[in-house]
Amino acid sequence: MADNIEIREDLRYTTNDEWVKIENGNIRIGITDHAQQQLTDVVFVELPKLGTIVKRGDVIGQVESVKTVASINAPVNGEVIEVNERLDDLPHLFNESPYDEGWLAVIKMKDSSEYDDLLDADEYRKKLDE
Amino acid sequence: MSYRQARYDVELIQKMGDKGDVILPLPEDDEIPSELRRTSLDIPNLRENEVVRHYTNLSQMNFGIDNGFYPLGSCTMKYNPKYADILSSLPTVTDIHPCQDEEGVQGSLQLMYELEKSLAAISGMDAISLQPAAGAHGEFTGMLIIKAYHEGLGELRKEVIVPDTAHGTNPASAAMAGFEVVEIPSNEDGRVDLSALEAAISPRTAALMLTNPNTLGIFEKDIVKMAEIVHDAGGLLYYDGANLNAVMGRTNPGVMGFDVMHFNLHKTFATPHGGGGPGAGPVGVKAFLEPFLPAPRITLKNGTYHLTYDAKSIGKVRSFYGNFAVLVRAYAYILKCGSDGLKKVSDKAVLNSNYLCNKLVPSYDMPFKKLRKHEFVISAKRLKEERDITAMDISKRLLDYGMMAPTVYFPSLVEEALMIEPTETESIETLDQFADIMLSIMAEDPDLVKNSPYNTSVRRVDEVHAARELILSYLRLKRHLGDMQEIEEKHDVANNLMSDDYTGTE
Repeated sequence: MADNIEIREDLRYTTNDEWVKIENGNIRIGITDHAQQQLTDVVFVELPKLGTIVKRGDVIGQVESVKTVASINAPVNGEVIEVNERLDDLPHLFNESPYDEGWLAVIKMKDSSEYDDLLDADEYRKKLDE
Repeated sequence: MSYRQARYDVELIQKMGDKGDVILPLPEDDEIPSELRRTSLDIPNLRENEVVRHYTNLSQMNFGIDNGFYPLGSCTMKYNPKYADILSSLPTVTDIHPCQDEEGVQGSLQLMYELEKSLAAISGMDAISLQPAAGAHGEFTGMLIIKAYHEGLGELRKEVIVPDTAHGTNPASAAMAGFEVVEIPSNEDGRVDLSALEAAISPRTAALMLTNPNTLGIFEKDIVKMAEIVHDAGGLLYYDGANLNAVMGRTNPGVMGFDVMHFNLHKTFATPHGGGGPGAGPVGVKAFLEPFLPAPRITLKNGTYHLTYDAKSIGKVRSFYGNFAVLVRAYAYILKCGSDGLKKVSDKAVLNSNYLCNKLVPSYDMPFKKLRKHEFVISAKRLKEERDITAMDISKRLLDYGMMAPTVYFPSLVEEALMIEPTETESIETLDQFADIMLSIMAEDPDLVKNSPYNTSVRRVDEVHAARELILSYLRLKRHLGDMQEIEEKHDVANNLMSDDYTGTE
C-alpha cells in the first residue's frame, strides 16, 4: 500500500472502499482516499434519491472519473435521509476532500448493530495491503 | 524519433469570417407565412475554399488507421481496404433513395439479403436484421427482442446478468431496455465464475450477456456449460459480437449456444469506425426469435425481393433499413475474403496478438497467465510503483512515436491496464517496432514520459474540462461564446472602473 493514503482511525470501512461515520444513530458515507486516488479526477456523480429504502449492498450512487465508472453501495440497510447535492456541481470534492466535504449521503440505519460488522481502520488497512 | 504531427493555429469555423450567419435568399412574394420564415441559418458565411482549407488542416492534425498503427484494444481498429470505399461510392449506392419502389432497388435489396445470409452463416444464427446503426444500438435491439420474447410467454423476467469484464455498453443497453443488471465476478483464471453464475441465476433471469473471447482476450471454455445453466432456468444468451474477430471459421456463437447477438461491422468486417458517423450493428437471432426482429424484413419470393412486416416485430429501430453504404463495404469485404479468408483473418489476428504479447511479457506483467486470443491485457502497475510511470503516461508517450495508444484502464479488474489489439492487418515489422518502443519507454526518464506527448498537434488535453463542459453543437457553442463575451465585457467594465478609481477621472 502506498504511504500517502489517508485512513482515518475514527471511521469504519467497507471492502468496496466506502467510509462510514456514525452520527446520532445515523451514518454518513463517502468514498475513501484510496478510492478517489484510484478513480483519479471525478467528473460526474449520480446521487442517491432522498427517501430511498436501501438494502445492504444495493448500488446507491455512481461516480464517473476520466478513467472509469464505479458504483457506491449501501453499507447497511436503511433509508437515505440526506444527500450531498453540492456534488452535482462540484464532483471534484470527492478528490479534494473525500472524508469531509465530499461525503455522499446520510442513511438512517434500520438495525444499528450492522455498524459493528463494518471494517475498522486496521482491518481496512490490511485489506488494502493484500 | 522522426514523427511530427501537423500543428496549425486553427480557429473554430464558427469564429471564422466576419459576415455572420448564412442569409437565406428567400423570395419576398413567397407563400410561406412570415411567422414560419427564417432569415438566416446557424451556419457561418464562408467561402468554399475557406471551408475546405479549414477541414484539410484539421484532418492533418488528426490520427487515423491510414496514418499508422492503432492497437486500441476491444475496438478492432483494422485497416479499411480501399476497394470497399470504391464500391460504396458507385452511383448504384449513392444515387438511390430509400423511398424508391421495391422493383427499382432489387439489386440493393439482394445485396442486403445476401449480406444477412452471409452473417448468418458466419455466426451460426438463423436470421439477421441489418437495421441497428451501431454496436450498442444492436445490443439495445437484442435486449428489446429478449424482452418481447419473455413477455410473449407471459413471464416477468427483470434481470440481465453481466460479468465484470463486460463492455460498459452491455449493462447500459440492458438498463436502457428496462432490465436490472446483475454483475458477476471473474474467477482467478480471468473467466466467468460458474458458481457465481449459478448463484445469480433465478426465475427472474431474462438473459446472460457475454462476449467470447472475453475482454481479457481469454476464451470462455465453459461456454456450453454456461449456456446450459442459463437455458435450464428459462433465460436466453446474448452474444456481444465485439470479439467475433477472434473466432471466425473456428467456432461461432450459434454452436456456443447463444440465442441473440450483434455484429460490429466496423470491427470484424473492416468498415470505417464512425467517430460518431454512420455505423452498423446488425442483430442475429435463432429461429424461434425471428418474428421479433425489427421491421421491415427483406424476403425473397419467386425471384423478387420484398420488404415485409411481421406483427410480432419489435418495430423499427432506425429510419429505413440501416446505413446502406456501410453494409455495402461489409458485403464487399466478406465476398473478397470468402470463408477461407475469414478464417485466416481470425487466425492471423490471434497470431499477431500472441506474438506481440510474448514480446512485451515478462517486461510488462500479465495478469491471468492464459493463452490469449485476438487481444491481451498487460499491467503497468510495477512500472508505476517503481518509476511512477502509469498506463496513461505510456499511452501518451506512444503518440510521440506515431503510434496510437492502446485502450487504458479497461477492463477495470486489472490495475494500470493496457489493452492491446494489433489486428490481423499489421505486419511483423510494425509489431516489432511497437514492441521496441513499448520497452524503451519503460527505461525513459519518468519526467520526460509524464509530460509527453511533445510531437503531436496538441499536448495533454484537459479531460476533466472536456468531460464536464462538452460542447458538440453550434447552438451550444454560440451560447457558450456569448456567455464568455459577457464575462469578458463585465471584466472590462470592472477593469475600467478600477482604473478610473486609480486615476481619479470621472
